[in-house]
Amino acid sequence: MAELIHPEEKIEIKTTVTKPITKIALIGNPNSGKSSLFNQLTGLNQKVGNFPGVTVDKKTGICHLNSHQKARIIDLPGTYSLYPKSLDEKVIIDLLYNQQSDLYPDLVIVTADASNLKRNLLLFTQLIDLQIPAVLALNMMDVAEKDGIKINMEQLQQDFGVPVIPVNARTGSGIAALKIVISQQLPVPNRTFYQIPADFSGLIKQIRQYFDLQTDYLAWHYAHQYKNLTFLSETDKNFLSDLLEPYQFSSNSLQASETINRYTLINELLLDSVRVEKADTNEKFSNRLDQVLTHKVWGYLIFFGVLFMMFQAIFAWATYPMDLIDEGITAINNFIQARFDGPLINLLTEGVIAGLGGILIFIPQIALLFAFIAILEETGYMARVTFMMDKIMRKFGLNGKSIVPLISGVACAVPAVMAARNIDNWKDRMITIFVTPLMSCSARIPVYTVLIALVVPEKYYLGFLNLQGIVLMGLYLLGFTAAVLSAWVMKLILKARERSYFIMEFPVYKMPRWKNVGLTIIEKVKAFVFEAGKVIIAISIILWVLASYGPGNRMAQAEQTVQQQAQQNNWTPEETSLHLSTQKLEASYAGLFGRAIEPVIRPLGFDWKIGIALLTSFAAREVFVGTISTIYSVGDEENIKTIKEKLLSEKDEHGQAFFTPARAFSLLIFYVFAMQCMSTLAVVYRETKSWKWPVMQLIYMSGLAYVCSLIVYQIFK
Amino acid sequence: MQKRKSVRDLRIGESGTICCLNDPEMSLKLLEMGCIPGTPVKLNSKAPLGDPITIIVNDYTLSLRLDEAATILLK
Repeated sequence: MAELIHPEEKIEIKTTVTKPITKIALIGNPNSGKSSLFNQLTGLNQKVGNFPGVTVDKKTGICHLNSHQKARIIDLPGTYSLYPKSLDEKVIIDLLYNQQSDLYPDLVIVTADASNLKRNLLLFTQLIDLQIPAVLALNMMDVAEKDGIKINMEQLQQDFGVPVIPVNARTGSGIAALKIVISQQLPVPNRTFYQIPADFSGLIKQIRQYFDLQTDYLAWHYAHQYKNLTFLSETDKNFLSDLLEPYQFSSNSLQASETINRYTLINELLLDSVRVEKADTNEKFSNRLDQVLTHKVWGYLIFFGVLFMMFQAIFAWATYPMDLIDEGITAINNFIQARFDGPLINLLTEGVIAGLGGILIFIPQIALLFAFIAILEETGYMARVTFMMDKIMRKFGLNGKSIVPLISGVACAVPAVMAARNIDNWKDRMITIFVTPLMSCSARIPVYTVLIALVVPEKYYLGFLNLQGIVLMGLYLLGFTAAVLSAWVMKLILKARERSYFIMEFPVYKMPRWKNVGLTIIEKVKAFVFEAGKVIIAISIILWVLASYGPGNRMAQAEQTVQQQAQQNNWTPEETSLHLSTQKLEASYAGLFGRAIEPVIRPLGFDWKIGIALLTSFAAREVFVGTISTIYSVGDEENIKTIKEKLLSEKDEHGQAFFTPARAFSLLIFYVFAMQCMSTLAVVYRETKSWKWPVMQLIYMSGLAYVCSLIVYQIFK
Repeated sequence: MQKRKSVRDLRIGESGTICCLNDPEMSLKLLEMGCIPGTPVKLNSKAPLGDPITIIVNDYTLSLRLDEAATILLK
C-alpha cells in the first residue's frame, strides 16, 4: 500500500542533506501541560507514526524556530521518572538510551508544573544526569502565583545549570522566548544530582567501556533496565546479566534510595528559590466541586446526565452530517454511473467509492465522540469518573477507565475501541478492546427492527410499555451482559504483563483548551481514515468482486434466463433488473459461498439466502437489510413494511412459512453476538498492532453467535 | 509484631506522617509520586463505594486504591 508523504517531510528530507535538523524531545509529567506546549510549538504540522521497533505510536511535529531554522519535536509519553512503569512509557528509555537511534534528541525540553515543582523536578534531575542539553519550561506560572508560590528564576537557573523559561502553554506566552533559547547551541549541563554508590563504580566503568557510553548515569540505567531495552542484542543482555551477578544488584531498593536521595536534594535546592506565601486556593475550589461531582448520589446522576448528552449528540446531531456524506457519496456514484460504464467503473463506484463512503460516514460520530472525551479529559472530569467506577469495574477484570469505551460502544465500536487508549494498564486495555464490540452498536438497529417487526407482535402493556421496545432493550442488555461476562472470563485467562494499580494524580479542574480539543479530533479522525481506511477499502473491493463475478459463464447464463423470463412474463424494465440482480447474485462467487456454507448454518435454521446476507453483511451489519431486499427482490429497500410482507410470504420446501419465530430469533441472537464489522476489526488491528486480537475476536464472537443461535433454534423450532 | 497504622486507617480529613512503604514493587511508584518518608499526608476523600480514595501529599491530590494505601505506613 502506498505511503503518504507529507509535504513537510519532503522539505525535511532535503534539509537533512544540507544541514541536519535539530531533534528536540519533549518530556514531562502527565498534566504538566506537555501536550499543550507541543501543540503551541508545532500547530498543525504534526503527524502520528510508529517509533522504529516500538509498537506504540507517538507524535512528532515540525517547529519553525525562526525564518531559516526548523526543529523536529518528538512528543514523549507523560511520565514521572526515567524508570518506566507502563508499556507506553518504555518508549522513552528506548529513545533516550540509544545514542545510535535516528530520533536520539539533540536537546530535551522538560515541562514542569510550577505549582507543583517538587514532584516535577524528579524527572528533570534524572534527565540532567544523562548529560543531554536541556531546557526547563516552567508552565502554569499563573496558577503558582495564585497559590502564592514565588519562584526566583535566576536562583533556579543557577542551581540547576540549565536555562529556565517561564511559559504559559494555554495562552502561548513565553513560547517565543523558548524558541529563541532552543535555537541556540546549548552546552551539556555542567552538574549532576545523584552520586551512584561507590560499591558499583567498577561495574559502571565496565558498562561504559563496553557500550562506549558518555555518562555514568546512563550506564547505571543500563544496569537497571537492560531487559527492557529493545535495541540491545541477546549477547549484550547476557553480557550485562553476567556482569551484574557478583554485585548483588537489587534494582528495586537501589531505585527507591535513588528517588529518596533526589527528593531530599530537590527539597534543599527549592528552599533557596521557592517561597510559599499563602495556602492554595485552586485546590480548595476543586475539592468543593468534588464534593458534588463525586457524591454518592449526585456524582452518579451527573455522570449519567453527561453520558445521556453524549449519546444524544452521537445519535441525533451526527445524523445530519452523516446523511450529507451518504448523499454526497451516492451523488458522486450516480454521476459517474450515468456517464461511464464497464467493469472498472463498477469496481470504482460499487467497490472503492462505496467502501470509502463506509469510512467517511463514521467521521461525524468519531469527531463528536472524541470532542466529548477530549473535553472531559481536559477539564479533569474523566479522572473523577474513573475514580467512581473503578471498584465496580474491577470485579469484572476491567478498570475504572474501561467505562468510557464500553458506553461509547453502544453508538459505534470503532471510536469506542480507539477510546480504550486512555487505559494505561495493558491487560485492562486488551480486555476492554476485546469485549467492547459485544455492546450493541447503532448499526445493529436496522437488523433488529426488521426482525422484531417480523415476529414480535405490536402489543402494549400498562398502556405505554411496547413489547417490541422491550425486546429491543433486552437485546441491548444481552450484549452488555455478554461483554461483562466475557471480560470476567478473560480476566481469568489472560496473563498480566504488568501489575494493575490505580495510583493516579487527581488533576485540578480546568477550562478545556479548545486548541487541544480541536487537534485531538483532527488526529483521531486522520488516524481512522488513513489506517483503518486502507483495510476497509481492500475488503470492500474483495467483496465486490465476489458478488459481481461467478465461475465459468454462470453469470451470462443467469442474465439470459432472466431476459427470456422477462419476455415471457412481460416484466417492466424495473422488475427485470430486480430479478437480474437476484439471479446474478445467486450465480456469483458470493452466491456459491452462500450455498457452500448452507450445511453449516442449517442447524441454526438458516438457508443459503441468509448465508449470502451473512457474508455480505460481514462488511457492516447494515448491509444485511439491503442484501435481504435484493435476494427477496423487494423493490423499495427503504420500506421495512414491504420487506416484512415479503419475508412473511416466504415459504420453505414444505410450503410452510419460512420465517418462524424460532428462525427470526435465532437470526437476531446471531446479530447480537457475531463480529460482523470489518471496520471494528481494522481498528482493533490498528490499536493493538497485531492480527492476533482481531482474529481472536472474530473467532470468539462468531463462535458465541453460532452456539447461541443453535441453542435458540433447536429449543424453539 | 504490632500492626502499624497505615494511610488506609485514616479517617477523612485526618493527617499523618509517612514512616515507610512496605511493598517493594508498589513503593517505587509511590515514591516517585512524592510519598517520601517524613512527608505529611492527609486522607482527602473516598469514592462513593469507599474505594479508591484520594490523599493530599506535597500539596497535590493523589488517588489510589485501598490496597495500595495500606502499603503506606504512618509514624
